[in-house]
Amino acid sequence: MSRKKLTRRQFVAATAMSSAALIAAPYVRSANAAGKLSIGFWDHWVPGANKASTDLVNEWAAKEKVEVSIDYIPSQGNKNLLTIAAEAQAKSGHDIFAMPTWWAHSNADQLENVADIMGPIIAENGEVNGTVKYLGMSENKWLGVPACVGSQIKGPCSRIDLMKKHAGIDVQAMYPAGSEPKADDWTLETFLKAAEACHKAGVPFGIGLGETTDNVDTAGAIFLSFGAQLVDAKGNLTVKTDAVRQALDFYKKLIGFLPPDVAAWDDASNNKWLVSGRGAMIMNPPSAWAVAKRDAPQVAEQCWTHGFPKGPKGRFAPYLPYFWSIWNFSKNKEAAKSLLVALSKPAAIEKMVNASGGYDLPAYEKLTTLKVWQEEGPPKGTLFHYPNPYKHQTLSIAASPAPPKIAQQIYAQATLTKMCLRYHQGEAMEKTLAWAEGECEGFMRS
Amino acid sequence: MADVALQPDSVGAAQPVRKRSGLKKALKRKSTAAFLMTLPLIILIALLVLYPAFYSLHLATLNKSMQRFVGLGNFEFLFKRDTFWLVVKQSCIFAITAVLFKALIGFIVAHFVHNIPAKGQRKWRGMLLVPWVIPPAMSTLAWLWLFDPSYSAFNYTLSFFGIGPIPWTGDADWARFSVILVNVWYGAPFFMIMYLASLKSVPEQLYEAAAIDGANWWQRIWYVTLPMMRNIIAITTLFSLIVTFANFDIVRILTAGGPLDHTHIFATWAFRIGIEGSDIPLGASVSLFMVPILAVAAIFILRDVNKRGNEA
Repeated sequence: MSRKKLTRRQFVAATAMSSAALIAAPYVRSANAAGKLSIGFWDHWVPGANKASTDLVNEWAAKEKVEVSIDYIPSQGNKNLLTIAAEAQAKSGHDIFAMPTWWAHSNADQLENVADIMGPIIAENGEVNGTVKYLGMSENKWLGVPACVGSQIKGPCSRIDLMKKHAGIDVQAMYPAGSEPKADDWTLETFLKAAEACHKAGVPFGIGLGETTDNVDTAGAIFLSFGAQLVDAKGNLTVKTDAVRQALDFYKKLIGFLPPDVAAWDDASNNKWLVSGRGAMIMNPPSAWAVAKRDAPQVAEQCWTHGFPKGPKGRFAPYLPYFWSIWNFSKNKEAAKSLLVALSKPAAIEKMVNASGGYDLPAYEKLTTLKVWQEEGPPKGTLFHYPNPYKHQTLSIAASPAPPKIAQQIYAQATLTKMCLRYHQGEAMEKTLAWAEGECEGFMRS
Repeated sequence: MADVALQPDSVGAAQPVRKRSGLKKALKRKSTAAFLMTLPLIILIALLVLYPAFYSLHLATLNKSMQRFVGLGNFEFLFKRDTFWLVVKQSCIFAITAVLFKALIGFIVAHFVHNIPAKGQRKWRGMLLVPWVIPPAMSTLAWLWLFDPSYSAFNYTLSFFGIGPIPWTGDADWARFSVILVNVWYGAPFFMIMYLASLKSVPEQLYEAAAIDGANWWQRIWYVTLPMMRNIIAITTLFSLIVTFANFDIVRILTAGGPLDHTHIFATWAFRIGIEGSDIPLGASVSLFMVPILAVAAIFILRDVNKRGNEA
């Protein structure tokens, strides 16, 4: 048996030829030629809403030949926040992650700038509101693409019958479906009178003063309506101002007309309050109404979502956006950007909004008049004013315009609701302000 | 000694043989085998406990943006915060009160169960262990519904007697009471079962001797039962103190630290600051604050247990 021996020269020649053949060979695109992409989306609480996102992503993946995997991560128990913290520490994880409100800013150093795709997206969909810029931009860097999924306005959801009967306010006439609001008289003063009337009638407004987001968001909008800021945009302490004093005085009166247990309310309490038929108004996105539609249809057909009352410094409503951000450790940034562009197309956004029953809000001004908000019911048109179609109110977030890293602390520690409670429980105004000032000083540490 | 000094070569030549036989002997030794068999667990603990522990120590020495070493700066900052001292106070109230009541209730119930005839005892033991067996996150949810601010089942029942409504989670004192109550409900069965095991190991002759000496019920407890249970009481108390100080789920689910931060304990406040407030180094510092205090307590209690063990 003879055995041919491979010389060193022959080996080098064969290797070189194989390499040349591989380089010169025609590019054959396989099923997943453009690599892999993993996505951490927020797990929607509207049944079936995740499917719309999955379908859109799969459609894009099939076209672009990218292998995608999606994890839907719930916000219950802050699981999404824990995942963000873990991925930021490990510098590994998903390529795209749905960042709620403050988390794009708090991870700014580890996020890819998406300014290059935001320009064309804004050109197509219209300008974004100020809160999106405040939370989504750091200097000139875009920290994520505003996601319609999960973004919401926490405006008033009133009982048509109870407000008419006890407060003499026709919320449907004030915010008519299909046309501009006629809400010039809808001021904080009117709101307080209505709160008092409903309290007397045994159906008080359900506005919480606990430490969770729904409670903080309402307080934030009311404080801003008075021009009350604890820390200004430049990072200066502005706690001891007349605007803050006025806001506290207003809240002290309001708390007297709220249910006695509001200090212990969490984000589910106001929903339960509305669905059980015990209150005339709550501040919430239409999720409470959607639950009522299923569990208490007689309550749902009396619900009307509308704008916030106007204060001395304007009409503010809490807006909480999500951002789809790309981690800078992502290995497929180009594919990630391509997907985010595809998800930001008007047709894709409309599909996701429809799947959420109108809960999700696009951040772009050209997309606030989709059909779903005109048609959802009962009663028909109940969500017409939910997306702020006439820019009737300024969309804001509690603790703004403080620099986001300070504002996040004010928000997370619920400093605003704590101030209201302390003052309501009998603490002297100046003592409450001094306490809040001390807290804010602490939040400024770098 | 002189021999060794005079024959250095022979010593050197004998060494490899001794080493080999030493290794063989070591491998044959029971303790070596035991060590090798526990090695996988030791590695697992090192990975899942020691690494995170040291990592959190490292995190606690960084600034807010985690880019700069600040040494003990985070602790210095915390010591100046009123809320931090409020959390320290509450953690101590929570842990000490809860452990005291758990121990007391566990001790009493263990005696009751011990006195039940052997036939029915098993059933009672099983039933009394139920609170401890259910995952606390789940059972606390049930408690949350009982304490619900607007729809409390307790308040509904009390209303028939003209009492209430009680702000179980809305008032600072009631909220503290509620979280401690749930913790006691959850933890007392652990004490009960430990004390029951200990009671069963007390020799019956001691009680007989005490009875002959004319000891009454209280004297039997004080001079026989308690001294015999000392070690178990010490170890259970220490263990429970550590676990209660580190509690998270009960407070998080029931009050989330409110109202006005009056039920925050170390873990819940650390979570609020670190995860919800995105200040991970400060959160790590809060959670590490108790480590030295508990470590000192553990050393003292365990030293005492050792001493008593030797006396026995």
